[in-house]
Amino acid sequence: MSFMSSEQSRRDAFKLAGLAGLSLLVASPALATPEEVASAIGKAYGDRKFASGKIKMDVPEIAENGLVVPINVEVESPMTDADYVKAVHVYAEGNPLPNVISYKFTPACGKASASARMRLAQTQDVVCVAEMSDGSLYKAKATIKVTIGGCGG
Amino acid sequence: MISKREFLQATAAASAMLLGSGLGPLGKVAAQQRLTQADILRFDPLGALTILYVADTHAQLMPLHFREPSVNLGVGEARGLPPHITDDEFRKHFQIAAGSADAFALTSDDFTALARNYGRMGGMDRVAALIGAVRAERGDNNVLLLDGGDTWQGSWTSLKTGAQDMVDVMSQLKVDAMVGHWEFTYGADRVMEIAKNAPFAFLAQNIRDNEWQEPVFEGRKMFERGGAKIAVIGQALPRTAVANPRWMFPKWEFGIREEDLQKQVEEARADGASVVVLLSHNGFDVDRKLASRVKGIDVILTAHTHDAMPGLIRVGETVLVATGSHAKFVSRLDIDVKAGKVAGVRFKLMPVFSDAIAPNAAMAALIAKVRAPFAAELARPIGKTESLLYRRGNFNGPFDDLICDAMLAERDAEIALSPGFRWGGTLLPGDTISWEHVTNATAITYPNCYRIQMTGRQLKEVLEDVADNIFHPDPYFQGGGDMVRLGGMGYSIDVSGPMGSRISGMTHLKSGKPIDAARTYTVAGWASVNENTQGPPIWDVIAAYVARTGSVSIAPNSAVRVTGA
Repeated sequence: MSFMSSEQSRRDAFKLAGLAGLSLLVASPALATPEEVASAIGKAYGDRKFASGKIKMDVPEIAENGLVVPINVEVESPMTDADYVKAVHVYAEGNPLPNVISYKFTPACGKASASARMRLAQTQDVVCVAEMSDGSLYKAKATIKVTIGGCGG
Repeated sequence: MISKREFLQATAAASAMLLGSGLGPLGKVAAQQRLTQADILRFDPLGALTILYVADTHAQLMPLHFREPSVNLGVGEARGLPPHITDDEFRKHFQIAAGSADAFALTSDDFTALARNYGRMGGMDRVAALIGAVRAERGDNNVLLLDGGDTWQGSWTSLKTGAQDMVDVMSQLKVDAMVGHWEFTYGADRVMEIAKNAPFAFLAQNIRDNEWQEPVFEGRKMFERGGAKIAVIGQALPRTAVANPRWMFPKWEFGIREEDLQKQVEEARADGASVVVLLSHNGFDVDRKLASRVKGIDVILTAHTHDAMPGLIRVGETVLVATGSHAKFVSRLDIDVKAGKVAGVRFKLMPVFSDAIAPNAAMAALIAKVRAPFAAELARPIGKTESLLYRRGNFNGPFDDLICDAMLAERDAEIALSPGFRWGGTLLPGDTISWEHVTNATAITYPNCYRIQMTGRQLKEVLEDVADNIFHPDPYFQGGGDMVRLGGMGYSIDVSGPMGSRISGMTHLKSGKPIDAARTYTVAGWASVNENTQGPPIWDVIAAYVARTGSVSIAPNSAVRVTGA
């Protein structure tokens, strides 16, 4: 008998043991994989190169509530007509649809910063891609843990 | 991440502190010799400022026994570093003689014999006596008294009074500021009520209203002591909303919030602080990592993980203090401030040997008063123990085995789950088990003992998730605490394995058969964070079992096999 489990059983286990408040999560369709995120990014950008830096992702290491995980993305840019951030896309590797948020910016935005809440079904990497006005691309990644927790202290 | 250089500094600092002061004066007292109040208080003063620090008292007003862990594994960068050393290794590192008073206070082996010799530790009237003596020596205006949280929860009287007993005691001790964790399990309204009215500051820079991201509490407070400005920044347990029932404080968000903390430090310096103190309920490993990333903190007063260390740990320019739990110790830090900066720090972990310290009479009277309405109930004998009952340890402890046995028997379950709490007193073989002892290990605001059906697969998922919470190599992804305790089931754990593959060899102990992933098992447990959990309170389950058993005996637990340590 294998212990390889579906996400459904994992949620049921948490709900039953009540070790944390994940019981509100409802059954969801099949989840994306890191490969699907890579493929979605590939589809959008082909084999263009991504630089690192400029993107500041503010996310919790451990989600307090998987239903509403806060994410704040800020991209360093002067936001002038000559040099600004055109768009920011957020991908979640463990969600049914990997592209969870897209933001478009103009120089009039003043700064390229946005906050949102997303639903994360399980521990996963969240990837941000920033498109700059000169055509360059930046990418950043952060792990967010969705856990039943447990407490000792 | 702590660098190798910082590690070497940490080790050197610990040794230097020991030779300089630390427990040095106690170390000179011959093994097996009892200490006097003067031995405990002896300190070569430094500068004009003294910070006194207690944490994780878990509402223990009376002296008690509390055995430190014999298994306290560190993973990742913390592997093998203090506080993740125990017994012989711990004594070697901190230069403590086996069998000495310090060995009894700080390590676990030979606990029963040493406990009979050295007696109980703690007691808030003794803590008050030590604090009073230091204030008399240094002058009231030169002493800052800080509390690291987990102060309001852990006893029947604190539960029954909504923490009012502890608030009264803290007020009389003249605590200057505190931070929180278990405090929040009294619910947002009660916490706000106390925070608004208490004579001490309740600080937490890392709690936000989840709608507007506004701070819920004051983040820091400036004090003037010893002619210097001291900024105290509060850091509540960042994982409170994961570790405890979020529905009790549904509008609050926690987290580490490093950047906000860095801003707090910079603002404090701009306001003229000569000393910046982080009063932190992060837990030791999180604080060690944080100290290497947030710049400009002079002192981190650590809590949550209940570590007691007789030396400072230095990370860069920051020193970390670990003051233990259950009022077993009071930390004293003398700080020499020169030209608006910390020029020197001297530290001593003062052990609160209750037989050696003359209680503060006013505090003894207050404790008697707050306990009086419950005194008869607390003293009620339930049964007896033939075994040493303690709790600390990463995987199990006989007190938890007793709780699991009680759940298996009283709730007619095949498997029992009990949370890896680090609080609750220790009982010696031959001790009577009273209502107070049962509730010291169980007094929480969500005590219901549930009974459910779980498949073997689901049990594995739970164990893997809790294991990752403790043994994730990056402390920022840990939640603190120990492994969930199991009754009726054994398993193997590779603590250095990756998430999802640490647990193997799950066995149903009664039948000796492997746990079947597809089979359903009847499981009892308590301290569920889900709202409206059904079942009797866990203290009634334990009391019924102990009363029926009469004299409890716990066999050594070999059901958990540990590798990768």
